[in-house]
Amino acid sequence: MVTIANIDLDDGAYVEWAGFVGDVPMFATADGDVIRVEGGQTVLSIHDGLLCAELVQSGDALLTGGEDGKVCRINSDGISTVLTDLEDSWIDQIAAGPNGAIAFASGRNATIIIDDKIASEISLERTIEGLAFAPKGMRLALARYDGVELHWVTSGGSTQVLEWKGAHTGVCFSPDGKYVVSNMQENALHGWRLKDARHMRMQGYPSKVKSISWSPKGKWLATSGAPAAIVWPFTGKDGPMGKAPKELGSMGKLQVTCVACHPTEEAIVIGYSNGMILIVKIEDGQEVPLRSEGKGAITSLNWNKQGTQLAFGSEQGEGGIIDVTS
Amino acid sequence: MDEAEEKIPVTVLTGYLGAGKTTLLNRILSEKHGKKYAVIVNEFGEIGIDNDLIVKSDEEIYEMNNGCICCTVRGDLIRVVQKLMRRKGRFDAIIVETTGLADPAPVAQTFFMDEDVRSKAKLDAVIALVDAKHFLLSLGDSPEAEDQIAFADVILLNKTDLVDADELAKVEATIRTLNPRAELYHTNRSDVDLTKILDRGAFDLDRVMESDPQFLDHRDDHHDHDHDHGHDHHHHGHAGLDGNVHDTTIGTVSLRGGDLDPKKFMPWIEKVTQTDGPDILRLKGIISFKDDTDRFVVQGIHMILEGDSQREWGKDEKRESRLVFIGRNLDHEKLKRSFAACAA
Repeated sequence: MVTIANIDLDDGAYVEWAGFVGDVPMFATADGDVIRVEGGQTVLSIHDGLLCAELVQSGDALLTGGEDGKVCRINSDGISTVLTDLEDSWIDQIAAGPNGAIAFASGRNATIIIDDKIASEISLERTIEGLAFAPKGMRLALARYDGVELHWVTSGGSTQVLEWKGAHTGVCFSPDGKYVVSNMQENALHGWRLKDARHMRMQGYPSKVKSISWSPKGKWLATSGAPAAIVWPFTGKDGPMGKAPKELGSMGKLQVTCVACHPTEEAIVIGYSNGMILIVKIEDGQEVPLRSEGKGAITSLNWNKQGTQLAFGSEQGEGGIIDVTS
Repeated sequence: MDEAEEKIPVTVLTGYLGAGKTTLLNRILSEKHGKKYAVIVNEFGEIGIDNDLIVKSDEEIYEMNNGCICCTVRGDLIRVVQKLMRRKGRFDAIIVETTGLADPAPVAQTFFMDEDVRSKAKLDAVIALVDAKHFLLSLGDSPEAEDQIAFADVILLNKTDLVDADELAKVEATIRTLNPRAELYHTNRSDVDLTKILDRGAFDLDRVMESDPQFLDHRDDHHDHDHDHGHDHHHHGHAGLDGNVHDTTIGTVSLRGGDLDPKKFMPWIEKVTQTDGPDILRLKGIISFKDDTDRFVVQGIHMILEGDSQREWGKDEKRESRLVFIGRNLDHEKLKRSFAACAA
């Protein structure tokens, strides 16, 4: 039995992030509101314009960055704290690392906060377009034009530069820390195997890849950007090189806009441009529909820790919680 | 067409620091027109813009990984426009104020080459502001000053009260060498009727010729001579106030013909934009294809080319094909000859 509880959001509000903070469902809109759902809905006015949101690694707080220059932390009880205020500079990127580490970027500058103190500040010559902590939290990846830089989270130490020509607009590490993968302005991903900086080109998408998700043990990398979820195998020592990706959840010409791997099982929830959501098993491609369609493209999908509930949001003021326990 | 209607129009303001961009911007923002604007500024030094929604961004040029040197877009605009579009209803239009040294082509190309931006926003027009007093001196400094003029749809020759009539005439003649087609207005303190610069549809295929003075009048090809003139002076011309027009490699080629054969014209225009794309700043045209009741319109920036059937030729309308290129080092004779070979 699949049940959907729909959430009331402002008409047309764009959901930037939908998920669970602790056990509490929350929906962060581009307008800057965070809607908290626990025995009713509460609207928290966090930003004048929200640009990015990410769950801390423990899962019990949401980090947000806004057009108002603020970086905020929202606890599961709804209490919010302003961590930084850069006034009128946009906070473009935010990332969470182990032990409560936080990194955020505004334009060409990034700040790393560890134990509530500034551990390092990094300035690049080009705009920082993606941020991700390495799994152990010792290094931070920064995506920029012509490549990705890996900086130590405390000042000092040498920077590793992973070069690849073109604009890199996002970055992530594989869960085992062996690979770095970037989204590109072109319809492609680019990857590097860290031990030897070997390149991995993941191409052939009809549009930009905006959503990517690793399966829990890092065997698969699920991606949007095509009329199916494109799922790259990272099972051998060479990553996906020389292997064809799986194409899952193909629905004719419908574009996949969002993907989220299940936290424990090898399954992916897929969101589409028409608001449809379905879950598919990676192994055999078996599909279970969760939502038939909506008013707009799915923009965010996140599981709760147990993998029993799923929160979703769309670009047209829709949000909801799907219970998948049968 | 409904989708096109919903796209947010974008006006780009170019011009040197001090040319009056901020003054114009404040006029646009403060006049009572009932419209709300989002403003994207690249020039951090300038202050005093009075608007609720101002976004500062660092100019970020992206070259595309397709080996084409002119296929550049502005990464900062992609990011900012995409983010702004998530909050509907905050604004009706966007104004981009570029730095004095900005190349206008990547700005314009962003609205054609990036799928996300293209789906939500449309380039309305590129406006160049020119400081009548300092323009001739600044021209020698950088190719961007020339490019901004040559690229523009509308040129505001500003601060005209600071120069005498002779000087003004020289500045205007120089501007016309670089861009004979743009609409040109003399202004003080950027005091132009805003309907002349907003909602121009200069890149809209349906309206691409509407605001083009050269296309409206039916004089003979006198602009060809302007072009030749510019070229003749290439090796000995002198910028400045000595009476010569500015020495430049930028020129205009205006082509005119009768009915064309689409099987000849299409491969030709594609080849021209492929091979000469880096040198072509803008191109526009209305083409009469033999046995086709519709006008065919084209417009382009560097290697980007758009073309479509527009509407039926009017009963009293003279059916002819007209095509204008503005660019650097254009080979007038070759273009004329090869265009003529497209005749039906």
